[in-house]
Amino acid sequence: MKRDAGFKHFSLTVVWSWLFLFALLPFSLVVIASWLSHHADHFVSLPFTVDNYRALNNLIYLHIFERSFVVAGIATMGCLLLGYPFAYCLARIQGVRKAVLIMLIMIPFWTSSLIRSYALIAILKARGILNSVLLGLGVIHQPLSILFTHEAVIIGLIYNLLPFMVLPILTNVERLDNRLIDAARDLGANRLTVFRKIIIPLTMPGILAGCILVFLPAMTLFYISDILGGAKSILLGNLIQNQFLITQHWPLGSAMSVMLTAVLAVLIALYAWKTRGSKNREWMA
Amino acid sequence: MDKNVVELRGVYKTIHDLDVLRNITLEVREGEFLTLLGPSGCGKTTLLRLISGFEEPTQGSISIDGKDVAGLPPHERHVHTVFQSYALFPHMTVFENIAFGLRCQKLSQADIQTRVVDILSMVKLSKFSGRKPAQLSGGQQQRVAIARAIVNRPRVLLLDEPLSSLDYRLRKTMQIELKQLQRQLGITFIFVTHDQEEALSLSDRVVVMQEGVVEQVGTPRQVYEEPMSLTVANFIGEVNVFAGKVLSADNSKQVAVEVMGKQRTTKCGLALAPGEDVHVLIRPEDVRVWGKVEVEDASEMFAGQVEEVTYKGSTVDLMVRLENNQVVAAAEFFDEDDDRLEYKIGEPVWVSWAPGWEVILKHEA
Amino acid sequence: MTQKSLAATAYLSLMYVFLYLPIIVLVLYSFNNAQYSLVWKGFTWDWYRALFENSSLWVATYHSLLLGAAAATVATGIGVLAAVSLYRYRFFGRQFLNGLIFILILSPEIVTGAALLILFTLICLPLGFLSLLISHITFCLPFVIVVAYSRLVSFDKNIFEAAKDLGASEGVIFGRIIFPLLWPALFSAWLLSFTLSLDDVIISYFVAGPEFQILPLQIYAMVRSGIKPEINALCSVLFFITLFFVLLSQLVLRKKA
Repeated sequence: MKRDAGFKHFSLTVVWSWLFLFALLPFSLVVIASWLSHHADHFVSLPFTVDNYRALNNLIYLHIFERSFVVAGIATMGCLLLGYPFAYCLARIQGVRKAVLIMLIMIPFWTSSLIRSYALIAILKARGILNSVLLGLGVIHQPLSILFTHEAVIIGLIYNLLPFMVLPILTNVERLDNRLIDAARDLGANRLTVFRKIIIPLTMPGILAGCILVFLPAMTLFYISDILGGAKSILLGNLIQNQFLITQHWPLGSAMSVMLTAVLAVLIALYAWKTRGSKNREWMA
Repeated sequence: MDKNVVELRGVYKTIHDLDVLRNITLEVREGEFLTLLGPSGCGKTTLLRLISGFEEPTQGSISIDGKDVAGLPPHERHVHTVFQSYALFPHMTVFENIAFGLRCQKLSQADIQTRVVDILSMVKLSKFSGRKPAQLSGGQQQRVAIARAIVNRPRVLLLDEPLSSLDYRLRKTMQIELKQLQRQLGITFIFVTHDQEEALSLSDRVVVMQEGVVEQVGTPRQVYEEPMSLTVANFIGEVNVFAGKVLSADNSKQVAVEVMGKQRTTKCGLALAPGEDVHVLIRPEDVRVWGKVEVEDASEMFAGQVEEVTYKGSTVDLMVRLENNQVVAAAEFFDEDDDRLEYKIGEPVWVSWAPGWEVILKHEA
Repeated sequence: MTQKSLAATAYLSLMYVFLYLPIIVLVLYSFNNAQYSLVWKGFTWDWYRALFENSSLWVATYHSLLLGAAAATVATGIGVLAAVSLYRYRFFGRQFLNGLIFILILSPEIVTGAALLILFTLICLPLGFLSLLISHITFCLPFVIVVAYSRLVSFDKNIFEAAKDLGASEGVIFGRIIFPLLWPALFSAWLLSFTLSLDDVIISYFVAGPEFQILPLQIYAMVRSGIKPEINALCSVLFFITLFFVLLSQLVLRKKA
């Protein structure tokens, strides 16, 4: 048993080395950088300082944070409202059709979201499909200028992130024990009560997981706000990208990244707390 | 000449501060079919894993063929295990599964071919050698699992509840097959089960275990007819337990006890003193129940009332409540012509048993 | 059909239309014989031809394919070792490793990209193929691990003990038992990594250098600078290639499941 350790040691060495060098180390560097000072030539320098975090308290930045939260929040809500019924209906289907339908959701998931967001432009712009249809149907009399507004960004986010909401809820609903619903109906609960008191609480892990999977990227997918929102729409993702690549103020960018990660950590802690003891936690893999 | 192929001395196993096995001392004789019997959690599977080498004892020694095997990995111990789930390699054919161990030992292709073909005919699976496990039935998969182990000619074959996932019918068939296979091969089998009927029908000797301790080791007949503790008596078959008091004890191993006001005399190998409290055990099939009208002299019998009658096909099981409120289980062979066996609930009856059939145990708390 | 399932079907159909409409529109317009208008002016291959003749795009495509294949291969290699180690072995820091992988999956791409940029600058690695490769391997790794691990978990745990019992060393167990059973999942993971690499914008944006052009960044630049019809053609082509790989991987995975 001891002599056979060669393969095991080899595997562990490879894995640990890679993850240490290219996961642990870089993330630690971000945290460290957030405490360093700005330097024009080589991006960061000592001394350590809290300035970067203090700088976050700037009105402009706070405005951007707030807007990012709101946009991400609306996008998440949108995904939830559209995605939950979607997942629920899909879960009820049996057989081969279901596998095909699930694959149809996976395809957007795998194909470039840049391309798909670009495709939205053709639909949303002033002389785009949406406007043509609505004008043609007489629903509106003037083209809606959706493109290059926050609304376009939200639509783009929902469009891109919907699969992330649907899949966790789907696996959760599939694991729902139908007998619980039957038991509730048997005891006299009507449809609405069953939904409110049984289905929603039991699928909460999936809902929370979906929300986290949508909310975070919604704040950081800068190319979506760039393409669909234009220069007017600067969200947190654009801001961070700016700091690193344009103004080259790395410590500030790092501080923002750390703050973003802190938000993520809080959300995950919330998720863990809400789903403690729940068997439905494994929405992933 | 019987020698011990496996010996355990003072073996302890502690897992996470829990004593899973305590002070196990056991000898396994060459060529025997030994069963480790006990309820879930009694440590029998752990004991098997200690012998096979997947776990090491916390204390004590294990030797195979006289050699201490501490620290020796499983495949160097010349014992092989058949797992409960069979653990067949799903992507390999039956042939490749069986040949696996031989390939690891780097035998020549010709040798492998010969040995595998031999084993296949022994377990009657020659026609299936090209199939994958998923294409086999449960019983066939089990035979492949056994073949895969025994083709390597182990000294001992360890079987961890291999029949528990089979249905009743198949189980009975496989039990007979296993027994025949063991006799044919002459290999020592150590078999683990929680099913006492299975243990009794298959084994040369049974090791009854409870909570990490060996309660009794003996032939099936010994553990059934001469249980050495209440645990063993209760675990194997059904038993009625009465409170008794020793009246007199004789060094020629006769003992007189007072049970529920009447005196009984029986053989007993224990050293007992007059006045001592004892348990008097009697198996349901040794209990006789008589209707009030059939009996003239009921002086040596106990009065009772029928509480429950269960017709079981070959036997009729009766639950009789005695005057001291204790309930006795009686099982009588059903004889269609004997209308004395048509008891009604509530009917007053007499209960007795043949003298000398009792087992006396020292009082346990 | 009952009323309930009629409503369900209608809703699902609507959602699928919503999901695929932009893409269909994109493909349609890639054949539209008009430069900027969205009115249909006739079928044409012009934009595909223009695409074909755009040599800088070819270079970028070649680079992306090379990068994708390399990253997918290395990520699959390291990932399978990681998944097997997590599944089979007990070792010091196992929970920590789990946590690290978890962080890697959930970490916003921006943070990952920035973090890697800082690292590369620190060790004075010039931004180019190598920095891209390392970054792509790193973000593909968790996906490979998750795919491989969930497949491993579906095996009967006892077969590894049975193999050990019969004399197999760890290497033999990996080569003759784990790998043959795992390879469909690994193939699927490879394809997943390949497509993720092909489509990555954010991380690549941070760690790409001027010499090694890759496709997603080129498309991004093109899109930002204004709508050109060739982009439609390009995006359509890429979409169908990715679609092909997705279908392939799902088929393989399902067939062997």
